[in-house]
Formats: sequence, structure tokens, C-alpha cells
Amino acid sequence: MTTANILGPESPAQTRQPVLQARNLVKTYGRVVGLDGVSLELYPGEVLAIIGDNGAGKSTLVKCLTGAEVPDQGEILLDGQTVRFRRPQDAHEAGIETVYQSLAVSPALDVASNLYLGRERRKAGILGSVFRMMDKKGMRKEAEEGLRNLGISTLQDVTVPVENLSGGQRQAVAVARAAAFGSKVVVLDEPTAALGVRESNQVLQLVRTLRERGIPVILISHNMPHVFEVADRIHIQRLGKCAGTITPQSHTMTEAVAIMTGARKVDEKGA
Amino acid sequence: MSHQTTEASPPAAQPDLAVEFLDRRTPVDRARQALHKYPALSPGIVIILAIIVFGLLNPRFFYANNLSLVSQQVAVVGTLAIAQTLVILTAGIDLSVGAIMVLASMVMAQLASHNGVPAPIALLLGLVVALAAGALNGILVTRLKLPPFIVTLGTLSIFIALTLLYSNSASVTGQDIPGLITGTGNTFKIGGVNFTYGVVMMLLLYIVMAFILNSTAWGRHVYTVGDDKEAARLSGIRVNRVLMSVYVAAGAIIAVGSWIQIGRADAASPNAGTDINLDTITAVVIGGTSLFGGRGNIWGSLLGALIVGVFRNGLALAGLDVLYQTLAVGVLIIVAVSVDQWIRKVRK
Repeated sequence: MTTANILGPESPAQTRQPVLQARNLVKTYGRVVGLDGVSLELYPGEVLAIIGDNGAGKSTLVKCLTGAEVPDQGEILLDGQTVRFRRPQDAHEAGIETVYQSLAVSPALDVASNLYLGRERRKAGILGSVFRMMDKKGMRKEAEEGLRNLGISTLQDVTVPVENLSGGQRQAVAVARAAAFGSKVVVLDEPTAALGVRESNQVLQLVRTLRERGIPVILISHNMPHVFEVADRIHIQRLGKCAGTITPQSHTMTEAVAIMTGARKVDEKGA
Repeated sequence: MSHQTTEASPPAAQPDLAVEFLDRRTPVDRARQALHKYPALSPGIVIILAIIVFGLLNPRFFYANNLSLVSQQVAVVGTLAIAQTLVILTAGIDLSVGAIMVLASMVMAQLASHNGVPAPIALLLGLVVALAAGALNGILVTRLKLPPFIVTLGTLSIFIALTLLYSNSASVTGQDIPGLITGTGNTFKIGGVNFTYGVVMMLLLYIVMAFILNSTAWGRHVYTVGDDKEAARLSGIRVNRVLMSVYVAAGAIIAVGSWIQIGRADAASPNAGTDINLDTITAVVIGGTSLFGGRGNIWGSLLGALIVGVFRNGLALAGLDVLYQTLAVGVLIIVAVSVDQWIRKVRK
């Protein structure tokens, strides 16, 4: 079986339009080639993992997709439309939400405030328009609702400052924020890197919930068991190129690592 | 289907965890947590204790004249402390608040007295100068990416020099200044205590700024920028724009401070009050606002300014030398910062 079968005619993915598509992205830093013509498709309701060794172009690829870097060549399409991201804000506004490894939460603010950070809602009427008052109550209520919808049960009280939360709970806040605002794509950068077993499971569960709700997820991770647990497809980066796209069914973890390190090619089977 | 089981387990585990956590808290931990949640609590306790102690030491402390004096002494520092709080909340510091105040007050007084500019216009031009001074600080901090300490240390000297050049090192006395400008020193009586209009203006500024910081998105962004700049940026907050607006707003508040200062001194002097920047930092720090940014409460700064005023006044009434007042303020600062550090250790 080769990769061609994965997206064969029987696959529904083929018939659907990718939500996010990258074509032949090239990015160089001086003489160092970060990306050497990488293409990628993300279909509705799938979890696409991106794996690769250090320096394989994983983060460069993600940075191009989320607007943190501007590719030298190639194009990015969102819902079939060509988009150009010059800064993270552009990607953000287009509906690509990124959860960074650093989480980008404000420790002193409470959960609800963090969920609405940078897009606070104002009260109706002149209190909002003239006095610019925030609708704290409304934001709290919707924050609770959003967390419940995502099945995040570990955050009962949205008025707790984020600094009082555990690593997994903080991650949940960051993911919830990415998912809460009608986003088209959620990008998770190493979401389980700093977490324990139980907390990792909660985050992986959250990824599944996002998929069930039809939000496609790009997951960057070093952790093979986690990748194989939740990913539908796995994009393997190697030396600035895509070494192949596999699925957890078509290949084993050992094979994936072998492709990642160049020990074998995607369509070689067995060993 | 497998989700069902995993989903059910966290709520079951959670209450146990909470109980365990609650049980481990000692009364000291609880106190610390309360102080952490309400930064104005500790200065509030200090001011009440100070008032009781100084009142017992010398009953004249509670005399109407004395309370009026304390309020007037606090008005200028208290006003500038609002500007200082804004800057410190963004994890910056403004050493130039006093220098900007003196510069703007000289502009107001000299234009109105020597140049015959109508008083309202003179006040407005003083405001413009203070805004420009704040904007200069803001530009240097956001564009040249210099640390606020260095920027304002430099502009402190620049503004002092500009003030002396502009005024030829000469003061303007109260009788040469129009009544509107010195009017902030005029008094009215509430329950036998004389209050100046300057004190009222300071309180109004506190009310307005407390509302802005607590209830508007801008206020929240000020805290976030000081708390974690990178997180603020990644959340889509325009960090430089927030910083710039903070320094300009500080300029506007300082201009009001200039007006109050002219009324309080019944004069405008190029040499008075340039070192008031340290007093404002003292007030902010004693008020529980963290020098590391992102944490604090504007009312704490008013309490901080009051604590300094009450200590100086109370120690003087108790017959202690002025040097002991300075010593007491120094001890207060060290204690306040130590308490802040201790509070920050909550659940680390």
C-alpha cells in the first residue's frame, strides 16, 4: 500500500476542498534553506500532525501558515482563496488561531479575561459606546459556555487567575481561546510538551473535541505516541521538504521515525 | 464512545484535588492569597493603623486644620502618582514626572503673567507641553526600544534644563498669576475641614482612572502589557500603541498636577518639586503596585501617598526630627516591596 491509496477515490477527503492549502512554499534565511518547496493540505474536520527532526523546517512551515514569517515563494490558500499573511494578526483575522508553546496567556488575569484578551466585548448602549465599558458579565457567561461546549470540565471557575492553574489547565485555556471564536483552523505548537500524562490526555481529548466540531487542527509535536493517537494524517518534514504524508494506519511509529531521519522512504514497505 | 469514559474521569478526580488543596492552606496562606487578590488591602491596613497610632500619640492629629494640611500636602504627589501608576503597571518607571510637572507649571504661569496669555489658554498650552513631554518619553520607549528607566532618566535632565532655560531660573509669584490658575489652592469647608479644589481634582482623577483601568479594554491591556508583553502581542494587542498612550496619558495627568502645584505653592518655581518623582514612586510602591508590572490598584497609590503624608505629619506632631520622617519613609518602602515579593510567592 502506498500513500496514494490514503487519499484514493474512496476517500471523502479527495472530494472536499481543503480548508487550508500551501503550495510550494520556499523560505530561505540567507544561505540556509528553511523550506524547499513544501505543499500541504488541511481538510475540514481532520487532525493533521506535522513531525520532523530539529531543523527539518517544521516551525518555519508553521510560521508561514500563521503569518509569523512571510514565505519567499509559493502561495497559501484559505477556503480556495489566495491569502497573504504579513503578520500574525493577518492570519488571526482570517480565522487561523495559533496556540503557541509559550501559551500567550496573561498570568494575572482570570480565565474569562484571557479568553477574551485582545477582543474584549463592550456593553450595549452608551455605557459601551461612549464610556467604553466592558461587558464583563456577558464575557464570563460566554466563557463558561464555551468551555462547557469544549468539554473542558477542569475549569469550573472562570474568575480564577490563570497563574493559579496547572499547566494542563493553562493549555486548556489557550486551546479554548483558539477554538472559541469561530476559527477555521487551529494550530497547536507542541501542546503536550510540558505536561504530565493525565494533563496530556486532557489536551488530546480537547483536540478530538475540536475535530468532532468540524474544526481542522494542525498539530506540531515531537511526541510520536500522541501524534499517532489523535492524528488522521501525518506530514513528515525532512531537510526542508515534505518527506511524505502518512496515516497512523499505513505506517508504524518506527517507520515514521525512519522516514523522518531519512533511513527509509515513504513508499518502501516492510523491513 | 471511548470519549465518554475519559470525559467522565476528570470531574471525579477534581473535587478530591480541590479538597486536598483547601486543607493544606494555613491562615497565613489565606492572608497572603487575600493580599494577592486585593493589592490595596495592605496599604489600607497600614493607613488605618497609622491614623490610630498617630491620633493616640497626639490628639492634635485629628484637628480640622491638621487634616486639611495633610490633604493638601498629598494632593500634588497623589496626582502625579496616578501617572506613575500607569507607567509602572506596564513594567516601566517614569523618573521625569516631577520635571514635566515643573516645566508645564512654568509654562502656565509665565505665559499668563509675563506674556499676557489668557489664563485658560495658558493652562491649555501647559497641557500641550506636558503631552508633548509624555509623547517624547513614549516615542523613545516604543521606537528606540530603550528601557523606560534610562529614557526618563535622560528626559528628567532635559526637562529640568528646558525649564531653567525657559524661565531664566526665575520664579513667578502668586500675585502675578491669574486667579484661575492659582484657584486650585482655594479652599471650601466640609464639616469644619478645609479642602482645596486641588484635592477635589485629584480625587476626581482617581475616580476616572479607576473606572478606565477596571472597566475598559484599554485598562485591561495596560495590565497585560506589564504582565507579559509577548503574550499581549500574540493575543493581538498592539503593545507599542498601549505603551505610547500610557506615556501620553501620564503627560495629561501631570499637567493637572502642575495646575494643583501652582495653587498649593501660590507660585511657580523652576526649582521646586523636581525630586517629587521619588515621592510618587514611593506612593505607588507602598500602595501595593508591583514594580515588575501587571499588578496593582490605582486606589493603592492614593493610600500610598496618604501613608507618606500621614507618617510625615504624624511624626512631626509627635515631636520627632524631620530626619526621622525620611527614615520612616525609607523603611516603609523596603517593607512594602518585601511584602509584594512575599505575596507574589502564592502557589509557585
